[in-house]
Amino acid sequence: MTAPRSWNRLPRVVPDAVHALTQRSAGVPDSLPRPLLAYGSGRSYGDVCLTEQGTLLLTRGLDRFIEFDPQRGVLRCEAGVTLAELLALVVPQGWFLPSTPGTRLATVGGAVANDVHGKNHHAVGSFGHHVRALEVWRSDGSVIVCRPEDDNGWFSATIGGLGLTGLIRWVELQLMPIQNPWMWVESQRFANLDEFWALNRRAEARWPYTVAWIDCLAKGKAQGRGILLAGQHAAAQAELPVFKEGGKRIPVDPPFSLVNGLSLRAFNTLYYRQPVKPQGSLTHYVPYFYPLDAIQDWNRIYGRRGFYQYQCVIPPREAEAATAALLDTIARRGEGSFLAVLKTFGNKPSLGMLSFPRPGTTLALDFPNRGNKTLRLLEELDAIVREAGGTLYPGKDARMPASLFQSGYTQWEAFSDYIDPGFSSRFWQRVTS
Amino acid sequence: MNSLNSVILFGATSAIAEQTARQLVAQGASLYCVGRNRDKLMALIDDLKVRASDQQQIDGCAADLTDSDQHARLIDAGERALGGIDGVLIAHGTLPDQQACQSDAALTRQEIETNALSVINLLTLLANQFEQQQYGVIAVISSVAGDRGRQSNYVYGAAKGMVTLFLQGLRNRLAKSNVDVVTIKPGFVDTPMTAELDKGGPLWAKPEQIAKGIITAMQKGKGEVYLPWFWWGIMLIIKHIPEAIFKRMSL
Repeated sequence: MTAPRSWNRLPRVVPDAVHALTQRSAGVPDSLPRPLLAYGSGRSYGDVCLTEQGTLLLTRGLDRFIEFDPQRGVLRCEAGVTLAELLALVVPQGWFLPSTPGTRLATVGGAVANDVHGKNHHAVGSFGHHVRALEVWRSDGSVIVCRPEDDNGWFSATIGGLGLTGLIRWVELQLMPIQNPWMWVESQRFANLDEFWALNRRAEARWPYTVAWIDCLAKGKAQGRGILLAGQHAAAQAELPVFKEGGKRIPVDPPFSLVNGLSLRAFNTLYYRQPVKPQGSLTHYVPYFYPLDAIQDWNRIYGRRGFYQYQCVIPPREAEAATAALLDTIARRGEGSFLAVLKTFGNKPSLGMLSFPRPGTTLALDFPNRGNKTLRLLEELDAIVREAGGTLYPGKDARMPASLFQSGYTQWEAFSDYIDPGFSSRFWQRVTS
Repeated sequence: MNSLNSVILFGATSAIAEQTARQLVAQGASLYCVGRNRDKLMALIDDLKVRASDQQQIDGCAADLTDSDQHARLIDAGERALGGIDGVLIAHGTLPDQQACQSDAALTRQEIETNALSVINLLTLLANQFEQQQYGVIAVISSVAGDRGRQSNYVYGAAKGMVTLFLQGLRNRLAKSNVDVVTIKPGFVDTPMTAELDKGGPLWAKPEQIAKGIITAMQKGKGEVYLPWFWWGIMLIIKHIPEAIFKRMSL
């Protein structure tokens, strides 16, 4: 059996054992080697969901709904339910996830453990803000039900807690009402970073969802050119088109990355030149929120060696200068990603002690793994992020130095008190050693 | 076409039955679920209730099906809860440890009891009821292992073979009563029952694929179905290897 991997396919590590959970009340057999770590859909990009020692607990078998109140939009489900499964249940009944990441293949447990965020962070905060309750199983056999109003710290430790406070067995969410599954989306082109900041400020004040894609290879006057997508859920009385979900997949592992300087430049230029729709149009929620899910196994385009994600957040004061500096560095190296995503977070404080979202600007990129060359580039980016007082997203990290983690997550030592002594991850060992 | 509006599932918490239950509920069916482990059963029923509409009935009862004295009561309870039965799926079973069975006759007998005799007991009661009502479909999860005895799991194979043969006769008998009897023969399925095995290779199927095949077979009133279908070819070959050669093979 091949060992579970994360979505960027590195690092490649093999745990001592793998155990599939199928029953939420069953606990974990004592015979399994410790420490333990939950592994959901493997949609994070790095080693928060991996371990080289002990047992990886596969949670996808915990995929049952427990209770749904369609009047109030309160859903309780097991932690291995994917966001796609959840949406398939609630969307036809007029409810939606108030906060969703860019893939619906992640599990609810993973969304909690990484306190994921979406394009509407500036309006509603992150995933953790919509959790009403959750249950954690500890390796000593005890069970803790955590709610946001509790003052014992378990809730804030577990939200964004990277699965280290124990096994999340179920989660209760407050959903958001919608009228139909469609989005009203306006797209606008911007010629450079300055235009982005101005456009983004206006868009955020007006739209619940905003995100920008930028061409990270463009230099000089065109640096930071891109397209801003602003959206909202469609009105109750809209003339709705018919939506039919298609699906493509990458069928094989190419021996090398198909993402290289040539294909990137071509793709980015074409993407930037695509017709935009400033007047707005209706888009189904699936392609709007989850464009990459339509290409099954899209991570294969980076080849066998996998890729690095790099998502940082820069505090507001430094955001403009640091973003420009990051893009300078990337463009100079000619490295870059298909989808460089730029977004500003709102001011709503995250609930988790280790939550990533915080006021400022977040830039997300992916780089094919070219070994040391790539790692050196990422170190250069680290220096800019560190200098600006920013930090990186654990759920998208496979290599950040311990010092960068510790300076960005100042509560990490206080958090340690809540870690289940029978749980650990490769990520945690790496950033605390 | 058999309609599957009211279905009793025996062994409802098995991975294949659970997926079948979800798909039946998505098609608007009402279900009565019988499973041994109460916690698992309640989790299943809660889940199905969330997935079902208010018009659908989802109910069930925890029971150990090796206790055949319970069978009549369970069928009766299911019928009352659903207001009639038009389909039954029998899915309970264990995967015996062949090595352990070889050195323990009592264990062997117990595995035969669980995998064959309890099924036959249920079928005997259900057959009479369906014969009387003159419609419906009875499906049982047997196994490709029942097609030929093999050194690696012949206790399981013998039990499933008995079920397969019993179903052949029952199908023959109930054909004139407009009742379909379906024998499901799954190949390798990636379930907790097979957790100990290495599941590499293309022969392994997901429980949801098998569930889909079960529902189609029940609706169409098929006789014996291999799931996925290609096991028909594999078993055709395995069944036709001459015994003189087969006995030296290690399958």
